[in-house]
Parts: sequence; C-alpha cells; structure tokens
Amino acid sequence: MDNFEPVIVAFCCHYCAYTAADMAGSQRLSYPANVKIIRVPCSSKVDALHIVKAFEKGADGVYVAGCLEGDCHFKNGNSRAVRLVEYVQKYMDEIGIERERLEMVMMSAGMGYRFAQVATEITEKIRKLGPSPIHAAISL
Amino acid sequence: MITAERKPLEELIEYVRPYKRILLVGCNECVTVCAAGGRKEVGLLASGLHMALLKSGSAIEIREHTLERQCDPEYVDELVSMIDGVDAIMSMACGCGVQELARRFKGKPVFPAVNTKFMGASERQGVWAERCQGCGDCLLGKTGGVCPIARCAKQLMNGPCGGSTGGHCEIGEDVDCAWALIWERLKELGQEERFVEIMPAKDWRPGGGSGPRKIIREDLAE
Amino acid sequence: MKTESRLEKVLAAGHLAVTSECGPPRGAMPDKVREKGRHLLGIVDAVNVTDNQTAMVRMSSLAASVILKQEGLNPLFQMVTRDRNRLAMQADILGAYSLGIDTMLCLSGDHTKFGDHPMAMNVHDIDSIQLIQMVKAMRDESKFQGGAEIKGAPKMFIGAAANPFADPFELRVLRLAKKIAAGADFIQTQCIFNVDKFEKWMEGVCARGLHKKCYILAGVTPIKSVGAARYMKTKVPGMDVPQEIVDRMASVPKEKQPEEGVAICVETMERLKKVEGVAGFHIMAIDWEEKVKEIVERAGLLPRPQV
Repeated sequence: MDNFEPVIVAFCCHYCAYTAADMAGSQRLSYPANVKIIRVPCSSKVDALHIVKAFEKGADGVYVAGCLEGDCHFKNGNSRAVRLVEYVQKYMDEIGIERERLEMVMMSAGMGYRFAQVATEITEKIRKLGPSPIHAAISL
Repeated sequence: MITAERKPLEELIEYVRPYKRILLVGCNECVTVCAAGGRKEVGLLASGLHMALLKSGSAIEIREHTLERQCDPEYVDELVSMIDGVDAIMSMACGCGVQELARRFKGKPVFPAVNTKFMGASERQGVWAERCQGCGDCLLGKTGGVCPIARCAKQLMNGPCGGSTGGHCEIGEDVDCAWALIWERLKELGQEERFVEIMPAKDWRPGGGSGPRKIIREDLAE
Repeated sequence: MKTESRLEKVLAAGHLAVTSECGPPRGAMPDKVREKGRHLLGIVDAVNVTDNQTAMVRMSSLAASVILKQEGLNPLFQMVTRDRNRLAMQADILGAYSLGIDTMLCLSGDHTKFGDHPMAMNVHDIDSIQLIQMVKAMRDESKFQGGAEIKGAPKMFIGAAANPFADPFELRVLRLAKKIAAGADFIQTQCIFNVDKFEKWMEGVCARGLHKKCYILAGVTPIKSVGAARYMKTKVPGMDVPQEIVDRMASVPKEKQPEEGVAICVETMERLKKVEGVAGFHIMAIDWEEKVKEIVERAGLLPRPQV
C-alpha cells in the first residue's frame, strides 16, 4: 500500500473549525485533500452514528473539530463532543478499529494556520497507521 | 422505566456469527429513553456488528427495524413482512420484548442484545438509578416516598443498619443510604412517628414469591 | 425468667455480664473451635459464635455453637438474615434449641460485597427486627412466623446489636427502641472507642427508659497495633475510632502496642462501668481470644458469678 491515500472525515463546527478552514483557504494555506469536511452547527451535533457510519463506509480516520474550551457558541457543546468521542473510541475497541483513528480537536475561527496544521498532522498519522481494517476489508 | 445496557459486542458477535441475514429489532419505549435499544442504538449496533464481522472475513446482512413497543403483540405483528429470509432475530428491547418476539416467531432463534437491569428513574442526564423492585405491595406511603426494598442494599424495612455513614450506604459512597433519605423526608413531612412503627415481615407473594405474576383486568380481558 | 439462659440469669441477678466472641474457622476444623473456646472457659458468661462474619464462609454458627457447648461454654448463637430465608432460620432455631442452645443474637449481617462470595444473593427475606419478632413469637406464643403452632417452642434469650456510632445519629436511639419493642432482651453494642459519643447515646437511651426494658452490654475491643487502629478508623463502616486512640497507639513502640491496646480497653471498661444503663461488656477480641482473660481480670470482673 505504498500509494495509500487515507480518507479522513472531519466534522467541523460552523463557529470555529469550519470558519478556520475558510480562513486557511483565504490565506492560501494548503492542507491535504484527503480531509473531507462536513459542516455541523456545533461539535455536539455529531452523533456516534455519524462517526461509526463514516468508518463503516471506509473512512480511515475521523476527527471532530470544535471550539476552544470554554468558547462553545452553545455553552458546552464542545465538552459534550469530547465525551462522545471517548464513548465512540470505546466502541471502536470493541469492534476492533484502532481508537487512534478518531480524535477530538479544538480551535477558534481565526486559527486558519492551526486548521491546516491539524489536517496535515492527522493525515500523516493515519497514513502511517495504514488503511482502516474496514477499508481494507471492503476493498478486497 | 425499565433500564437496560447493551451487551458486550463480543458476546453479540458470537450469537450472530452462524447467520447470513438477521433482523435487528429496537423498541421505542423504555430502552430508547435510557439510550440502550432505540432506533439510534439499533443503527450503531448494526454498524458495529457489520464491521466486526467484516474484519473477520464474514459478511452479514442486518435488517434494522424499531417497533413502537416490543412487548405488545399488535406492534410485533409489524415484523411479519420483514421476517422472510431472515435466519435469526436480535432484539434490543428489554427481556419482555425479547420474549414477545420469541413467542411470535416460533421458527427463528431470538437473541437479546441488551441486559435488562432494573426499574429506575433518571437521576441526571445519562444516569439512571434503581427505584422499584415491583414487590407488588407498595409501601412508599409509609416511608416518605423512598423505597427501602429497592434502595437499601439489605432491604431493611425498619431503619438503617450500623453501616450507614454520612448519608451513604456501607457498600459505597456513590450509593445513598435509603433510610437516611427516608428519615429526612419523614422529618420534612413532620411524620417522624412513622419511623417508630415496626414494619412486619413482608409477604413476598405479590412480589413474585408465589411464582410468575399476572394481572387480569376483567373488564378489558378478552 | 423467660429462659434457661445463663446470660439471662447473670443479668437478672444484677451482675455485670461478660460476653466474648469466637469466629468459627474457615474449614472443617472442630479443634480450632475448641482451642478458641478453651481461652474463654470460666472467663465469660456467654460466647458469641459468629454467622459467616464479614460475609466470608465459615463453619456454621450452629455447629460451632454445639462444639462449644460440649466444651462447657455457653454459646450465644448468632444469626444473620443475609444468608437464609425465614424457613431456614426457624429450622435452625429449632435445631439449635434442641441441641441445648438457648441464647441468640439477631442480625442483618454485613453485605456480601465485603466477603468472599460477592456474587451471592443477599437473601434478606426478613430484616433483623423482624427476626427478633419471629424468635419472640416462637418463644412466647409457640408460633411459627407463618402462624402455625409450634410443639416444643424454642425458648431463646434474644439479643440484638446496636451501633451508636452510625448515622443518622438521631435515629440510633429510635432504632434501639424498635429492637426492644420487637422483643430484644439484651443488646450488644458496636465496639466503643469514642466513649463521649457513647455516653451521649446512652443519655438518650436512659431518657426513654430503654435501659430498664433491656440489658445493654457495651462492646469493647483491644486493639493489637496502630495499623489495626487506623484500619478500623478509616476502613470499617460504622466504626468510630477517635484520633487520640490512634495517636496513643502510635506513641509506643511496635512491640508494646498490644499491651497498650489492652490497657486502653481496660480503661474504657472502667469508664463505661460508671455509665448509667450499662449492664455488662461484650469483648470482641478478634483472633485474640487468649487476651480476654487478662482483660476481664484487670477489669475486676473475675471470677464470674455462679448462678
């Protein structure tokens, strides 16, 4: 799998990470095309089912990007997202998908550079991990 | 409500491994409220099972359906049209729902996907605690609305044991002492004298001591 | 007199009674019971025989009681409601009485969580107060709990436990009152280290005249080491070990600590003798039966009265 290009799904909160992605674009900061962004109204609107379905359909990595701690537009949605991610990671242990493939990250709307950096880092991490066992099984 | 928790995936995988096509059935009542076996959990489990089996090289088709109420034959009939070609059924309802499916679909193996736990109430978001053991002879009127049968670790009916400490039970700091709660309530209500009355040994017949229980409402029963 | 119990006779004659305890072994070792019993022969008026104490399986209280009886001791048969339902309990009470056991203690028992069978069901068909009621009805009305008549009623002298140190404190006297109303003839208390608190509890007991309706034996325990003191202070639910006791144990070198523990125990007994309503002592020397004689002697309670 030398030419492995991971598929990464990023659930991005409208009030921070999604705007940060825009910012990265307008600043001409490049980030890997592997990252597929899904805009959500708040990181807490991401459901376990969304994450699990992403893996079921072959994603190699998923991350949820919410606002900085204490900065949630809806008060505490981001800290609920943190707990959700931990919950889904436990489920991934049961299924047999490495929990490193799922991550919670936080940033503010102005952090275009951080958005690009996170996208790059996660892509590289997943690239090293290789295809998810589900992706591999589907491709057979 | 009746509370439940999903069984470990490992156990469920072993149940369904021999089959090609299963029907996974949720319930819209109690298990939905306690986030154990509603529509969403059905989706999550279907995905999880699908992926886990895929990993081990076997494919399974999982049909998903969530009934309004799995413990009522009228609703269970809805599954008739989906049952053809299905090798086995897995239920995410409480034990009552599982048994109703088993009764209705004689030729199909039925597996429980959850462990039914207790009758409880929501203490706060995401936390449910036992409140009732269905003893069949409610004594809450005498105990300030707090049940010593369900909430005292020793089912003491006449006051706290010697292990009650600072409002919690000797079995753990996360468990309230039922009798400390009862006493607080009785004081608030000005009913301290209720504590002094000795509650006699309980007749457990209404609580299941005389075998499986049944309620027959003659005006309704056909 | 309600019974033939030697303990009842001692108490009725107005003597300060002395009881102690024997935990049956975790194995079919009758000699262990005899050995423990030998340390107590002629020293105490009755010997509590624990019933699967701390929810660990041991030789049955009934069997060990019988062995002690054969050795010439007066067993005080303990029964917890945790391990059997009312049928089994009544059967054992009939059996015990038929084998010459006439004194018993009614308890609910430690939760199975603390023992070696945490997976076992806690029965609690009835609670300790209902057990007292049941034993009393068997004795005084010749009736089984279910209502049928008993031919050959067991005449048990009925004991119960009280813990003045558990919470809520304001319920502790009321709960004792319930046990007495249910039919308890005598009470053995939890180990007393905090004498001030015990005195406060006894004031409440005497204010209600409960000490006139029932004999109250004050529980004491000799502490073997500062480690044991700390353990009881922090780890045992419903125990109240004041910091002064821990400090005092810590102030002497390790090899002197057992001696210090015995001294504290004897001093506590001397102080308790002056408390109105105390009818005797229950000495819980856990796996330290050989020390009981010294304690009873130093407390001036030997020889035991002949009744």
